[in-house]
This record gives sequence, C-alpha cells and structure tokens, in this order.
Amino acid sequence: MRKRIAPGAVVWLVVGAAFFLIPLRSMLFFSLRSNETGNCCTLESYSTIVHDGQFWKTLRLSFVLSLETVALTLVILIPTVYWVHLKLPRLRPVISFLALIPFVVPPIVLVVGLFSVFEDSPDWFYAKPYGFLVGGYVVLAFPYMYFSLDSGFRAIDVHTLTEASQSLGAPWRTTLLKVILPNVRIAALAGAFLTLAIVMGEYTMASLAQFYTFPVYIQYINETKSFPASAVSLMSFGITWAAMLALLIVGRGRPVQLGGAR
Amino acid sequence: MPFAWLVVTPFFLYLTLFLFAPAVSVLVGAFKDAEGNTTLDNVTTLFDEPYRGDFKNSIEISLVTALLGGVLGFLIAYAAIREGTPKVVRTTLTTFSGVAANFAGIPLAAAFIAALGTIGVVTRFLADHGFDLYQHGFSLFSLRGIELVYLYFQIPLMILVIAPAIDGLQRQWREAASNLGASPLQFWRYVGLPILTPSLLGAMVLLFGNSFSAYATAYGLTGGFVPLVPIRIGYFYSGDVLSNPHLAEALALGMFVVLGLMMAVYVPLQRISSRWVR
Repeated sequence: MRKRIAPGAVVWLVVGAAFFLIPLRSMLFFSLRSNETGNCCTLESYSTIVHDGQFWKTLRLSFVLSLETVALTLVILIPTVYWVHLKLPRLRPVISFLALIPFVVPPIVLVVGLFSVFEDSPDWFYAKPYGFLVGGYVVLAFPYMYFSLDSGFRAIDVHTLTEASQSLGAPWRTTLLKVILPNVRIAALAGAFLTLAIVMGEYTMASLAQFYTFPVYIQYINETKSFPASAVSLMSFGITWAAMLALLIVGRGRPVQLGGAR
Repeated sequence: MPFAWLVVTPFFLYLTLFLFAPAVSVLVGAFKDAEGNTTLDNVTTLFDEPYRGDFKNSIEISLVTALLGGVLGFLIAYAAIREGTPKVVRTTLTTFSGVAANFAGIPLAAAFIAALGTIGVVTRFLADHGFDLYQHGFSLFSLRGIELVYLYFQIPLMILVIAPAIDGLQRQWREAASNLGASPLQFWRYVGLPILTPSLLGAMVLLFGNSFSAYATAYGLTGGFVPLVPIRIGYFYSGDVLSNPHLAEALALGMFVVLGLMMAVYVPLQRISSRWVR
C-alpha cells in the first residue's frame, strides 16, 4: 500500500520553494519595469542590455575563457587519470587528496598567491586573461573534472580495453584517442559543463586581476542600473540553468557541486 | 619505471606552478615586510582591529549559515526523499539544487536586491501592507542580510551533500525499529540520528568553508563595504589604496589556517559517514 505524503514534508517543501522562488520572481518583475516610470511591463531593460556592445564582448570573453579552461583541464587530466587507473593505482588516493586542496585555497587566496608568483612574468601571460586567468581557472576546475573523470574511468575496464587495443597493434596515441576517450566521453562532458558554469560566473579572480569578464560586467551594471541589472542577472541564471540541465542530460552521475562563483 | 611517471609529470608540474607555488608564496609572504625582511608584524596585526573584527564576522556568518543551512537543507531533503513524497519532487529538487548551489555571486546579489533591497518587490509589498522592514532594523546590506543571501546557496549545497546519506537510511531499519515497538521519535533518537550525525556534521563543516571563502556575493550586495576577511583582501588590491601586499598575504594565511582546520575535521568525518552511504 502506498503511503500518502506526510503533512510535515509538505510544510518544508513549501517553505523551501518559497525561499527559492521569491528572489527569482522578484528579479523577473524588476527586469520588466520601465527605467523612467518604474511601471510594469516593458522589455526596455533587456533591450538596453542586448544593445550594449560590452555585454556581447564580455560574454564572448568569458565563453572563450571557459572553453580554454575546459580544453586545458581535459588535456592535463585525461592522460593522468588514465595512467593512474592503468599503471599507478597507488597514486589514486594521493590525487584524490590533492583534489581537496583547492577547497582550502579559495579563489581569493589563490589569486593573491598567483599575483606574487607571476608578477614578473612576461606580459603575454600576466596581462592577458587567456594566460593568467585561465591558469587559475584550471585549478578551480580541477576537483570537479577530476571526480567526474575518476568515476568515469572506474566504470570502464581500463586494463582489458588497453590490452585489446594493443594486441591489435594500436600505438598509445590511438589507444587513448580512439578507445579510451570515447568510453569516458560522458564523464568528460559532465565535467566540462560544470567547468563552463564555474568560469562563466567567476567574479573574484577576474575582478582582482582587473579583467573585464561577464560577471565583472554584471557587477558594473549592478552598481549603475538596477532594472537592467535584473535582466542581465536573469540571463546569467539562464546560462547556469542550461549548463546544469546539459549536465543532467549527459551525466546521470552526480558529482557534488561546490561552485566556484561565490 | 621512469616512463610510467613521465605521463603524470605534466599534471604535477601544473599543480606545482599554479597551486602549490601560490600557496607557498602566500605563506612566505605573510612573514615579510615591505623591504623583504622576515617579520612577524603582519601576522600579529591580524589580532588588532579591524582585522580581528573581520575574522570574527566571517567566522560568525559561516557558523550561522552552516548551522541554519544545514538544518533547513536536511529538513527539505528529508521531506523530498521520505516515503510518501512523489519521486518527481526529489528529481526536481536535486536538479534545482544543482543550479541554485551554483547560482551565486553577483547575479544572486542582484536577485536579492530586487526582492529585499530598499525598493525591492518584497520590501514594497510588505510596506504596502503596513510593515516597513527597514524601519524594523532589517537591512539586506548588513551581516544578517548577507547571511540570508548565503542561505540561498548553502541550503541547496546541503541538500546535494546530505541526500545520499538519507538514502543510506534503509527502510528496513525503520521497519525493524517499529516492529520492536519503537516510536518514530525513538527511531530518530536511537537509530536515525546516530547514523546520520557524522554525515550531518561533515556536510555542515563543508558549508562553513563554503561560506567562509565566499567573496563575490558579499561584494555584489555591499559594493565592497562590509567587514569580512575576503572583502578586506580584495580591498588591498582595488588600486587606489596604498597597499601592503604582505598584509593581504597574512589575511590569506589566516583564511588558510581556518580552512585547513576545517578540512582536518572534515576528512575523518567523511571517512566515518561513508560507511553508511552506498
């Protein structure tokens, strides 16, 4: 016999839903108000944002940065995790432990350290978001990507796949690209979407290093225009939503999500 | 087997350059003065105002939001998972929590300003019904206000972290307890809570660190004028201040110590609680 929903459960679910939906709804209302009269409803604020060249410029920059971060993280981690599963299993606890370290070194501390390590490095690295910022973002992405890839590799039989591929005469490169990679594609994609959401929302490092990325632009709008600020924040929420939905669709795995955007 | 180690070298080199070197340089820099001599001044300064107050506020906000977020997150997660609640509620909640735990920083601040700022939708609605929040000592831009906003990502994180532990509470245990004549209260007192305690504590420790490290949300709410440690560090780098980078490094060292202690508590708790989570 199926039990009915408990009254206590209903109360907590309603309280939770109210707390989470009221700010979103308020933001929607705000974004539809007129800048002159404060009345509802107009798409003025959205129009202000999409006709602002800075919006597209910063959105594009953040998107490129997130692609670069995803690519670099995958290039570094896939061979490492593969090799650890294949030949160096005793390294696995070491790397799992290392993956906790970024939680002890939050973005605000990491960026202070990166300043002092790289202050004398050449401008093509230090003065460019594609260099300095991505350098730090890979560290922020590392735990999420690692846990995602690790569970992906645990789900396949690395040894058999590798031996089969090699006894058919495939060199290492072919084994990695044509045999292993397709089998951990889902895990890599899940990690990639999480990384995308983190980089698209990362404010701390970008603002301290004075790079004009999408979240820095949102803060500028936030300080200057309150109704368009709601419009652009809602768009940013849409990006997080899309990334998480994509994660859910490809993933089915549930890595713990401790975003990097706080 | 040198070749075997060659493959993992890039990974370790990368972490050395972009994680360990910065961490070590913060540790070393905290003990240097402007001329590069070794000194304890920066670290002892941390115990003076305003820095002492920053740490007090940061720790207080983290404790409050970890505790409240932990309790509320657990109650909501349990409500969604317990028997009788339709399965779809749980799926929706998990998906939404994944989004909300990542929806933080500047856009979150904007959402709460739209709801509870001085001209926010909720503020206006309450004022129209004869209750002016800001006349009654509430301000979104105070420490209490920041705590309220932090709960927006703390509660979902708790839900995500604690859900597997709640799943681990097997139905049979409940039935066994009730067959032996235990009331629901007795079940929780003697079976449920003792099993869940390490998971609950571990999750709350995680929430503590999560809120202690937060920078963007508080910045977005207050424009950088609130006495918290991360905000103070950011202030040192905001350009127009005559800054002593070594003092910022000392503050970072302080964060390091607090978060390091947190991990020292978290890791063993995690080990104990993973016994019950399948």
